[in-house]
Amino acid sequence: MSVESEVGLTVDGETVSSAADITVAAALLNLGKWRFRRSVSGSPRTPLCGMGTCHECLVTVDGDRHRRACMIPVRAGMRIETDD
Amino acid sequence: MTEWAASVVVVGAGPAGIAAAIRAEGAGRSVILIDQAQRPGGQIWRHRDRAALPRQARSWLQRLDRSSVRLLTGASVVDAEPSSRLRVDLGGRPLGVRWNDALVLATGSHERFVPFPGWTLPGVVGVGGAQALLKSGMDVAGMEVVLAGSGPLLLPVAATLSRAGANLTLVAEQAPLGRVIRFGAALWRSPSRWLDAARYRAGFLRTPYRTGTWVLRAEGEDRVREVTLTDGDGERTLPCDLLCTGFGLTPASELARLLGCATDGWRVKVDGVQATSEDGVYCAGEACGIAGAEIAILEGEIAGLAAAGDRAGAERLGRRRPPHDRFVAGLAQAFRLREELSALPAGTTLVCRCEDVPLERLRDFGSTREAKLHTRAGMGPCQGRICQPALQHFFGWGIDSVRPPLFPTSLSVLAAPEEDESPPPPTSIT
Ligand SMILES: Cc1cc2nc3c(=O)[nH]c(=O)nc-3n(C[C@H](O)[C@H](O)[C@H](O)COP(=O)(O)OP(=O)(O)OC[C@H]3O[C@@H](n4cnc5c(N)ncnc54)[C@H](O)[C@@H]3O)c2cc1C
Ligand code: FES
Repeated sequence: MSVESEVGLTVDGETVSSAADITVAAALLNLGKWRFRRSVSGSPRTPLCGMGTCHECLVTVDGDRHRRACMIPVRAGMRIETDD
Repeated sequence: MTEWAASVVVVGAGPAGIAAAIRAEGAGRSVILIDQAQRPGGQIWRHRDRAALPRQARSWLQRLDRSSVRLLTGASVVDAEPSSRLRVDLGGRPLGVRWNDALVLATGSHERFVPFPGWTLPGVVGVGGAQALLKSGMDVAGMEVVLAGSGPLLLPVAATLSRAGANLTLVAEQAPLGRVIRFGAALWRSPSRWLDAARYRAGFLRTPYRTGTWVLRAEGEDRVREVTLTDGDGERTLPCDLLCTGFGLTPASELARLLGCATDGWRVKVDGVQATSEDGVYCAGEACGIAGAEIAILEGEIAGLAAAGDRAGAERLGRRRPPHDRFVAGLAQAFRLREELSALPAGTTLVCRCEDVPLERLRDFGSTREAKLHTRAGMGPCQGRICQPALQHFFGWGIDSVRPPLFPTSLSVLAAPEEDESPPPPTSIT
């Protein structure tokens, strides 16, 4: 279990804090992000399956594009960009 | 490409895979257990705080800790080569994993979705999907939530939502009351399942559970704001911040199919000791039929023993297995989708969410393959895992063959050459 209960993140350029020990998907939803990616025809999408199958939760993590937010735990200092 | 090897390799660290790995290790074999999640547990034992898990789950996870099983987490199997080797994406780097004697597939299940107008709106999430997100830290306190779908999974998820402080206003089960009651009555033969159901129902007593009720559409500008449901007579619109919708589970058989294992629909076919049609390849848990965690554990134990060469032990355990084909069939029958659900999507409703292909562009084709070639439906990153069951439901189309990679991966993983460097593997990566 993590010692810290909160971690600092940068989400779309803003410094925010999130519970530690949760996934990037949970953290973004808790921050009220209702658009993770844009679909090929431009509509906003958020997580559907929560388990790595649907790829609706793709975001950029520390410069790496197309990462599944539901599969990655948040880490202190992580930079996340939505609208992938 | 770095390569690891073991006598027995297990893919999937849910109840089935953990049980298989521990049984094979107990029989004296070296074992590697692989899962793409960050922690072992699979779907039902997904957790952040192990102390909050039920006793049975903690006990299996403890046995895993104490065993010599090498656990590889955050590792997606993206391809399988005939030379007894898996190609694994380990955080973007390639890894080969070779099985010397046996491979056990314990890849679980996917949620089945039925497209309806508005199902792609932000805030529309799976039923199991909501459960997974809740267990991963999603906060739903104070949110207006509606659950609409089908199957026994609605109950534990409703209980979790309630406990997490959501304002759960309705749980809608599409199956008619008669079918749900008959299924419930059959459960008297397995009291533990009935007790589970009763306990879950007690967890959301303030919310009505309506059978014979299904979703018609979800609406909202940038995210879901309301949902309209029907019981076949009237319509009813409820406000919601989160709409959880899912219509049962489908066996996750992609890896098995890639390896050439025979299937029956989505289910991987196995014999009395969980052996598939392919030599040295076993399958356990929901990948060979949706029957819940108890059965998944038992099948995992059987597969683990058989994979370790203890056929007699596997057969002995196999005799303890209840005639679960009846349960699998009973479950599918009780919660089969009502015909009205086929009429849910409008022509413009997207069926393939990866490539944004609407129903009206798919109608004229005769098969999954044909539709794929002409519209790209099923060719996006989910590889058809979301839309194929829907296409099967709408048009009766068959299941298309699987092609690697099973998950989008980097070129460096796909292109890593085969030659062995084989440094001594660390004892565990977590
Ligand atoms: C989203 C979801 C939530 C669920 N929640 C509940 C619940 O709360 N309560 C309940 O009673 N039942 C739940 N179920 C049903 C549940 O799946 C089973 O009862 C039980 O977990 C099945 O065990 P299993 O070992 O067969 O599969 P799972 O527990 O699903 O485990 C399969 C594992 O295989 C891994 N895997 C699959 N393919 C690959 C690959 N190519 N590479 C690497 N790893 C791979 C997955 O990451 C997963 O961890 C849920 C199902 C789903 C789909
Ligand atoms: S929510 Fe489906 S892959 Fe992340």
